[in-house]
Amino acid sequence: MNYFVNEKGYYGDFGGAYIPEMLYPNVEELRQNYLKIIGDAEFQKEFHALLKDYVGRPSPLYLAKRLSEKYNANIFLKREDLNHTGAHKINNTIGQILLAEKLGKKRIIAETGAGQHGVATATVCALRGLECVVYMGEIDIQRQAPNVARMKMLGAKVVSAVSGSKTLKDATNEAMRDWINNPVDTHYIIGSVVGPHPYPDMVSIFQSIISEETKKQLIEQTGNDQPDYVLACVGGGSNAMGMFYHFINDENVRLIAIEAGGKGVDTGFSAATTFLGKEGVLHGSRSILMQTADGQVVEPHSVSAGLDYPGIGPQHAHLFKTTRAEYVSITDDEALDAGLLCTQLEGIIPAIESAHALAHLEKMKFKGGQNVVVCLSGRGDKDMDTYMKHFGF
Amino acid sequence: MNRINKIFKEKKNNILSIYYTAGYPGLGDTVAIAAALEKAGADMLEIGFPYSDPVADGPVIQASSKLSLDQGMDLNLLFEQLKELRKTVTIPVLLMGYVNPVLQYGVERFCKACAEVGVDGCIVPDLPMVEYEEFYKDVFLQYGLSNIFLVTPQTSVERIHKIDSLSNGFIYLLSSSATTGQNLQVSDTTEAYFSRIADLKLNNPTMIGFGISSKETFDKACKYANGGIIGTAFVKSIAAGNLEENIEAFMTKFTS
Ligand SMILES: Cc1ncc(COP(=O)(O)O)c(C=O)c1O
Repeated sequence: MNYFVNEKGYYGDFGGAYIPEMLYPNVEELRQNYLKIIGDAEFQKEFHALLKDYVGRPSPLYLAKRLSEKYNANIFLKREDLNHTGAHKINNTIGQILLAEKLGKKRIIAETGAGQHGVATATVCALRGLECVVYMGEIDIQRQAPNVARMKMLGAKVVSAVSGSKTLKDATNEAMRDWINNPVDTHYIIGSVVGPHPYPDMVSIFQSIISEETKKQLIEQTGNDQPDYVLACVGGGSNAMGMFYHFINDENVRLIAIEAGGKGVDTGFSAATTFLGKEGVLHGSRSILMQTADGQVVEPHSVSAGLDYPGIGPQHAHLFKTTRAEYVSITDDEALDAGLLCTQLEGIIPAIESAHALAHLEKMKFKGGQNVVVCLSGRGDKDMDTYMKHFGF
Repeated sequence: MNRINKIFKEKKNNILSIYYTAGYPGLGDTVAIAAALEKAGADMLEIGFPYSDPVADGPVIQASSKLSLDQGMDLNLLFEQLKELRKTVTIPVLLMGYVNPVLQYGVERFCKACAEVGVDGCIVPDLPMVEYEEFYKDVFLQYGLSNIFLVTPQTSVERIHKIDSLSNGFIYLLSSSATTGQNLQVSDTTEAYFSRIADLKLNNPTMIGFGISSKETFDKACKYANGGIIGTAFVKSIAAGNLEENIEAFMTKFTS
């Protein structure tokens, strides 16, 4: 079974490039060049130098002793929260900004939900001296004020998306519209493994550093590069794709993707895409998305803005359909409790996105001695308001 | 020969095509607008079926789509309404919208419904050419539907020829790469681009769209193509007030 992209830009039934003609030249330019550019030795050298000295990689693989005791397994946390800017998002923006430079682009656009990808994009634009415009839903601008300020301080222009439901999906629409209207000198840095081919493949390649490092670290720490389980949360799916990437063909490693169940899968306030979605086209690729019978995209709900998206990347749809990975869902409350538990047992405040992955440990049965890797995709600083309100600190 | 092929045979120049969103401003206005437009001198119609995430559209058509959806429009209702279409409307009619609603409705079922109500063609901007060729073309042709592709100044000559070979109606030229609702600016570079297209001697006629809002811009479009398509400006003009009067007033600017 091939779990990776084929020469037509598809993962099984999913993927492709469903874009209007106005976007075709830019996407085609990327498609023709991305593998060549990324494979170039100079590019690799520069990419890895920045990951090391600027981002702070490799991120530690930390054996969480007290969580391990509680769950009767060896729980390893892949510490993406320790990256510069506080999440895995920067792995992708470093890669894409270098690629944009090679393509001679002068202007960068991005979409953001929680603001993590927006901050990671504004950061690399400041680093390389490129103009940066970030689209963000009007509602998200209100609920993520500190990240808006960070982006502005970094020199980015934050544009409020006032169409539709005024959240991540609409910010993505606005970024695509910007790209249509600026067809020559602009590069669109998509923040997850979504969008038209080659974006899902390109972003997963940049994020694959997560599993590349994890394998080496597992050998050092356990003598075996194959754990029993690998867990990651899924919004669009980029930290999960990076965490799964080098384990996908290790068929005895069980991959578990955790979706945001919101208030509960059946409550009408959920973002559990594989439970509630159907096959269709969203933001340029064929995948699974939450939609009405008429094909209108449904607004999702999650306590975590980073998981508040009605679709998943096409490779996830393929891993789901082929059952290579297992897709589960965790509610808002379960995630918040798991965030508190991790904080009090390990002294690590996780992003609420990452807390969804941790919460699934509670539902698993371990028989002792099993190795479990959880992607701690980001830190919880940005979520203090939500934690404070929920627990009344 | 469907009605689209016929109009380009009979009337080679100054073909005026109007886009509007189904179910807007009133949910039940779809067919009445078509009839009024034909009466007021339109040569061809593009009826938009609304989508929640119209990435190729500017604010005006986004808003009309949203209102239409909020009022309850969907493809089932649209085809129900269009059963009345050919009782009053004789000019060519196309449906324009995004691919996901078509996929959910079912591609073959969609084509069949189009043929049954007398729709002559479709414009689906986010349906890629390769996908169309591989999975859709045969069904479209089976039901006699024209599929219309877009071309922008950035589209390569090789690709334009490929589009021409897959087209069976007309080719939709954009004056610049843009979402709907921008103003048509005919600069030296767009003139060069339009003449370049004319020199290609394509098999299909061409229509220029996106950004035509006045008699002046329509005339410019007609200089370089067989006609022009007006969308945003028309949708704006029917937002409020008496529908028939608005349509009359809007159309006299172009037909007098
Ligand atoms: C910390 C963190 N984890 C996860 C996500 C979800 O994105 P993805 O599924 O692409 O990893 C986000 C998105 O903002 C995030 O900030």
